Order: sequence, then structure tokens, then C-alpha cells
Amino acid sequence: MSEATRGEICAVACADAFRGNGEILASCFGTAPAIGARLAKATFEPDLLMTDGVCTVVDNPSPVSGPGNDLVVEAWLPFRAIFDHLWNGNRHVIMAASQIDQFGNQNFACIGEHAKPKAQLLGMRGAPGNTISHTTSYWVANQTAKVFVPEVDIVSGVGNDRAAKLDPASTKAHDIRLVISNLAVYDFATPEKRMRLKSVHPGVTVEQVVENTGFELVIDEVVPETRMPTADELALIRDTLDPKGFLGREVRSPE
Amino acid sequence: MDKRTTEQEAVAELRDGMTIGIGGWGSRRKPMSIVREILRSSVKDLTVVTYGGPDVGLLCNAGKVKKLTYGFVSLDSIALEPHFRKARQAGAIEAAELDEGMLQWGLLAASHKLPFLPTRSGLGSDVMKINPDLKLVKSPYDDGEELVAMPAIELDVAFIHMNRGDIRGNGQYLGPDPYFDDMYCRAAKKRFMTVEKIMETSEMAGAGPLQSRIINRTMVDGVIEAPNGAHFTECMPDYGRDEAFQKAYAATAKDEEAWLEFKKTYLDLDTETEYQEAVRNQ
Repeated sequence: MSEATRGEICAVACADAFRGNGEILASCFGTAPAIGARLAKATFEPDLLMTDGVCTVVDNPSPVSGPGNDLVVEAWLPFRAIFDHLWNGNRHVIMAASQIDQFGNQNFACIGEHAKPKAQLLGMRGAPGNTISHTTSYWVANQTAKVFVPEVDIVSGVGNDRAAKLDPASTKAHDIRLVISNLAVYDFATPEKRMRLKSVHPGVTVEQVVENTGFELVIDEVVPETRMPTADELALIRDTLDPKGFLGREVRSPE
Repeated sequence: MDKRTTEQEAVAELRDGMTIGIGGWGSRRKPMSIVREILRSSVKDLTVVTYGGPDVGLLCNAGKVKKLTYGFVSLDSIALEPHFRKARQAGAIEAAELDEGMLQWGLLAASHKLPFLPTRSGLGSDVMKINPDLKLVKSPYDDGEELVAMPAIELDVAFIHMNRGDIRGNGQYLGPDPYFDDMYCRAAKKRFMTVEKIMETSEMAGAGPLQSRIINRTMVDGVIEAPNGAHFTECMPDYGRDEAFQKAYAATAKDEEAWLEFKKTYLDLDTETEYQEAVRNQ
């Protein structure tokens, strides 16, 4: 079997984000997170609950390339029930971020002034409610200093500094867990809950990470490497979860 | 009791400046025959409340929208609605953007005739900045928590599209998700329901399970039979989304000539019947 690609390393890092989550709803946006959640469910987190992306909870999620025809349906979760579920808190979502700052404030709504944006992006979607209600992680497929910014143009997902200013009763479930990019994995395990470099992907240097970050990261003396996928994980990804190689389109391997 | 009417009569109820709610979600089960009729009308300055799809893109493009109250605007298989995007980037509409769940809460509050419903959604985010009228409310109980008081979103008129209905205004959805259509109806003063097919009430039991009968006749003032009326959005299980058509529609946002051709072929028509004919001939 050929060596793991950068995309596969990212997908496994996304899977690891769900480690220890147990019986919760795992929701994903993006290819690497979608493969990661499926991988976690197929291996070390079998109790994860996953939908088909619309309103059916399925026990055997389809490959990311398209729906399977032998879905085992566990439950019905229409959009209104998704809101009930997420406000209840039993969920970990990996969302995308067009911009993210050192406290994990996320923007995927628009670039520029909201009244007349330079670029209208996805909009607020469910980010405000998600971040205040349950565990949230972020996936950045192409990290640059324009994505990891000192200040986001608009806050859709609530970060740690803003949460700290709210009534503590409102933020019991607020938990920005991880940020996974094509270069590295980050957490907020510092006293001020600022973003910390948790691990760099194999083949990436700390300097590269710093170059592609527009704010000061917390960097420990020793920065470990993100773990490599196991042979079994690679086989699962290539044969079952992503037979058409969608990951390679989302995350390019270095030349 | 016979509540049958037409798109023309329904849209004739609209006045400039009214607040309308449009059911469905993204590019799914949208009352598009009504949207097309609004495009034909002279009504303007609408406040549109919806989980937006091509309804929003088309109405913005036609200059019908003054204010948009929304959770998102997407074509689903195309993540961003390009005509909406264009209108936003031109600063052409007042954008009262909410978290998706807050929009449901506003509709639910209106449908329960409550002034607001409390929620944590929005706290700490710039939803509060975009919507400076949003206020907080303190729990009167021992916890004393400060929450967002999501105000009721009252509608003048609601439009929804169902798979089946009867002439009295009972409606039935047969797809996977009811979306929030019942809430739009209860939040509105006047309610119009387009349906794929009008049936005898007694026949509807055979069309789907009891739980599919979410619209009862007290929630509807007018019923319009509109076969393929949600086109080009999906209306499962009657039909899927017309992806080729949607793709062509989306592409017109970046190509003025293509837009004029699209408009001429599909929108500058006098009736929904002609639209459906044009779609069959595409």
C-alpha cells in the first residue's frame, strides 16, 4: 500500500477529533471531516450517530462520493428535530471556517461589511447556535494567513474570548475543541484558551505553520507530529469510504 | 367548502411593503409557481422570510425584495445562491440574517402568538450586531440566565407547497422532511398552499401515513393545484430537483446574455402553464 497522502492524514486527524465522544451526533462539513467521522464510527467510536446529510440517521453511512442503496435507517431527524437535538447539546460538529482567529471566533458568513459584503459566503447558517450549544471543531482545507486572521470580519461561530464575556450559565456547553487544517492540528489548551499548535502533519515544519498564520500561536517547546494513518485505516478510506478519491481534490499533497 | 384559487388571485392579495413567508428549505419543495407569479406582478418592497433557495435569488434579481429575514440562502447542490450573492454584494437588500434555529424560533413564537421565545442561539455572535433590535431577556427563575428574546416573526401572507391537498385546505407532505411549513401558516394572517395534486379528502389516507397530514384546513385560506409547481426545486417523491435547469439558472448570474435568454424563455411568460410548457421543451 502506498504511503498516506496529506488528505488521508487530515481525515484521520478529523476522526481523532471524535475519539472518546461516545454516543453523540457527529456532523461534518467538508470531505476530510466526513471521511473522518465515518472512519471513527467504523473503528474506535462505533456508537457515533450520523445522518445521511439530510434527515435520516443511518447506521452505515455511505461513501462520501455518493449515497449507497443499502442504508440501515436508525431514526428520523428532520431539520426541526436537528435543532431540538443540537440545542440539547448531544452533538459534535466539524464546520468549515473562511476565517478564524486565535480565540476560535469563526466566520463563514461573508467577507467585508455585512451590509454590503465584498464576498457573500455561506452566511451565519447554524454556527451561532451550534457553538453555544455543543462541541464544535473546525476544518480548514487550505490554511493561509488570510484564513488564520488576527480578527474575523464577522463572528458566526462564537470563540472563547466572546464566550468568556457571557453569563457562565449560557456557555456550559461552549467547547471549541480542535482546529484541523491541511498543515496541522490546533487546540485551545492554554490558560486564556488561545489557539495552540497541537501537532504538525508529517512533512510540515513549524515555520510553515507560522508563515501561514496571521496571529501569534501558542507553540510549545516540543511540537509532536500528527499521527500517521494505520494500514487498516488507509484500506478503509481507499476501499470503502472514498473509493473515488474525493480527498485528493480537497487537500493536495505537497509536490 | 371550496378554497380552490389560482396563483394570480393569491398574488393579487399582496401589497407593496408586505411581509411574506415562503416555505420549503433551500432548493427543496418551494412554492415556485407562486414565486413566478410574484415576478409577473407589480408588487414591490417585500420583506421575505424564508430558509432561502432560488425563490430568494429570483425575487432579489427582480428587485422585489426590500428586506430579507433568513437563516441562509442556498441551492443545496450549489452551495451559494449566485443571484442572492450578487444582490448582497451590491448592497441591494436589507439583510436581517439570523441563525437557522433563531428563524424557526421566530416563526414558532408568531405561530403561538407569543411576543418572543428565549434561546441561547445568537449569544456572543454577530447576529446580535447585524440585528440591533434583538434584545436579551433575563430568566425570572433562580438561574437568572440572560437569553436572546427572539421576537415573533409575524407574516402578512404565507406560501407553502405540499404534495397533496384537498379543496378544503388540508395538506399532506410525502417527502422526507416537513421543513417549517406548518409554522409559516400559523404565523401568517393569510395562507396559500400550492399542491402537486388535489384529491378527495378520503383519498388522502391512501397517499401517505397519518403523520404526513401536517396541514389542516384551519391553517389555509387558498388551495392551488400546481403540478410540477415546485420546479426546479425538488418535491420528493413526486420529482427530484431539476439539476440541469438549476445549473443553467445559476450560471446566468455571471452572464448577462445568458440571463436575458433565461428570462425570455422562462420568466417573461404570461402564465404558469406556459412556463411548464417551456420546461418540457428545454
